[in-house]
Amino acid sequence: MSNSPKFVIDGLKASVENKEILKGINLEINGGEVHAIMGPNGTGKSTLASAIMGHPKYEVTEGKAILNGDDLLEMEVDERARAGVFLAMQYPSEITGVTNADFLRSAMNAKREEGDEISLIKFIRKMEGKMGELEINPEFMHRYLNEGFSGGEKKRNEILQMAMLDPSIVILDEIDSGLDIDALKIVADGVNNMRNEERGFLIITHYQRLLNYITPDFVHVMMQGKIVKSGGPELAERLENEGYDWIKEELGIEDETVGQEEEDFKMPMNTVAPEFK
Amino acid sequence: MTTQIVLPIDQNEVRENSQSKNEPEWLSNLRLEALTLAGQLEYPKLEKTNLNRWSIESYGKYKSTAPITSIADLPEAYQEALQDQKDNLLIQRNSNVVFKSLSDDLAKKGVIFTDLETAAKEHPELVQPYFMQAVKKEENKLTAIHTALWSGGVFLYVPKNVEVEIPLQVLFLSEDDSSIFSPHVLIVADTNSSVTYVDHVTSEGSSNELVHNSIVEVFVKSGAKVQFSTLHNLNDSITDLSYRRAVVENDGRIEWIIGEMNDGNCMSDTSTVLKGNGSTSDAKIVCIGLNEQKLNITTNATHFGKNSDSDMITRAVMNDNATAIINGVTKIEHGAKNANGEQTEKVLMLSPTARGDANPMLLIDEDEVTAGHAASVGQVDQNQIYYLMSRGISKETAERLIIYGFLAPVVSEIPIKQVSDQLQALIEGKLER
Ligand SMILES: Nc1ncnc2c1ncn2[C@@H]1O[C@H](COP(=O)(O)OP(=O)(O)O)[C@@H](O)[C@H]1O
Ligand SMILES: [Mg+2]
Repeated sequence: MSNSPKFVIDGLKASVENKEILKGINLEINGGEVHAIMGPNGTGKSTLASAIMGHPKYEVTEGKAILNGDDLLEMEVDERARAGVFLAMQYPSEITGVTNADFLRSAMNAKREEGDEISLIKFIRKMEGKMGELEINPEFMHRYLNEGFSGGEKKRNEILQMAMLDPSIVILDEIDSGLDIDALKIVADGVNNMRNEERGFLIITHYQRLLNYITPDFVHVMMQGKIVKSGGPELAERLENEGYDWIKEELGIEDETVGQEEEDFKMPMNTVAPEFK
Repeated sequence: MTTQIVLPIDQNEVRENSQSKNEPEWLSNLRLEALTLAGQLEYPKLEKTNLNRWSIESYGKYKSTAPITSIADLPEAYQEALQDQKDNLLIQRNSNVVFKSLSDDLAKKGVIFTDLETAAKEHPELVQPYFMQAVKKEENKLTAIHTALWSGGVFLYVPKNVEVEIPLQVLFLSEDDSSIFSPHVLIVADTNSSVTYVDHVTSEGSSNELVHNSIVEVFVKSGAKVQFSTLHNLNDSITDLSYRRAVVENDGRIEWIIGEMNDGNCMSDTSTVLKGNGSTSDAKIVCIGLNEQKLNITTNATHFGKNSDSDMITRAVMNDNATAIINGVTKIEHGAKNANGEQTEKVLMLSPTARGDANPMLLIDEDEVTAGHAASVGQVDQNQIYYLMSRGISKETAERLIIYGFLAPVVSEIPIKQVSDQLQALIEGKLER
């Protein structure tokens, strides 16, 4: 299938502020597949999402991320997006003075050739339609981007953007946090409606709840900046019932987080007088 | 008398100019008194800005430019903006007014809209009691110099109960760097009248240093409403020194809309004296600084009246090595019970070498009041850029969206469409050089 994406993450390592957080991630996502990454807080899930998208704070030190044969890591953030990657962020930014509609239209036109911009009327119709499906108040079209939105409103707005931009690889980072059960169902419907052979999903969550509504094909558990266990939907169910402790026991992990351990004290070789400010 | 006047204009010249224009004696005398003061007074002391280091001495000479009969005689660039404004339009080129028109309808209602030189002769009873009364010649060297050598200018009088629906429009155009370009605008809105005044202060092709030392005075009588809007885009060899001041009586209202889009240094001081009970004011100021530009922008609201209300917003975008000192002063005098004053100053810096300073000041001598201020100075947020880029938007477009978004809360609130469009175009011109 020519339109079915193939996304390969191979040995990806990444650091923040010189702390290594991702310690070698391997993952392959194909069109039509839904992968879930689960794991307690602080295990590196958002870092993986940010490294794939290209957040400037996250430095990839090793490994590859190849989408349909193209090296994402060589691209700027906007090029990655135009190549088909979409990240619904855990903490979307608020931007004063830029309306939701203006922003989305700029984003849609960024993917199109100059001279082939979407007409205003077509755009409005499409946006109104998608907002209706996601039960977003039509007023939000002309509200400033995420400004003053509640947590749940921001999440729905992320899904709206996904629906409008029609990406081929979708990463949802904690899209379920801050959503009540009704909103969760709406968001899950939004995702399920977009499941097809031309799109692959990576759903990051630390609750199993969302996966009751979006059934994953593959489930991966992340700890200490690595995928420590993979399986099918039954793995998510077991995590729901038993929590993460059995995995930690099985693998001999005491602290599943990454990047938070005290730095080992090393005797400095060249001592320099401390600076007092 | 051995006054050390650094002006390129002397007492004789001031006298001769005044005589050759047949100015009334009170005005001639005022000019000469002011000239003496100019030799004695100091330049104003501005917050964190030393005016003495700016080029503020080149005023040029009074030179008369020939009148024109229609806007078709203007350089093409200026015709378009004035297309729809055949009436109620006044044009000053360099030192003098070259075109003026007022609709019969407004003239019949008693509206006066003419150059200030003519008004001083024909309507002294309306001009003399107000001219240089909101701003005083004794304030500092700049106001004294202005009083001595202003030329051209505008006088707008709206009689009692007259509501002027269409904006009155003025173009101030400097095309010759050796001509005085220091107009004075005097607006008197009588009881329960209302009017919208729009001007554009701009320049064409000059390259030597020149000072634009202008003063605007607005008198808003009881129950009257004045919308005053001005856009400045003078070139980088012109130093813009502008005072604007309104005195607002009971239940009167002034709205200021100001776009400081110059390429040169600019001191801009916009003040409102809320004299009457229930008087209100609103000021929106947008500025952009590039290259080595220095801006010192002040908004001031002084409350005397009970239940008076003021709101002031300034937004500045600074790039390159430009510096902006943004001052907001809300002063509530003793007795101004239930007054309310709000102000916000925000500076967005686009380069690490741009400088911005926001200085909000609340000076309150009365207990029963409410007042608030907010100020911020910051760089473009990299997380916002990342967020926009993650949707496929290029870095340049992302920055543009954020910058325009920063200005939007002011620009989108401008009630006169023509002004907000023109301001938007000037903003784009400056940011997308
Ligand atoms: N922006 C950041 N600045 C500093 N440290 C960070 C940043 N992002 C992540 N980290 C580090 O990476 C660790 C993992 O964070 P994160 O990827 O957000 O985990 P998760 O999404 O699994 O909760 C954090 O504990 C922290 O030490
Ligand atoms: Mg996270």
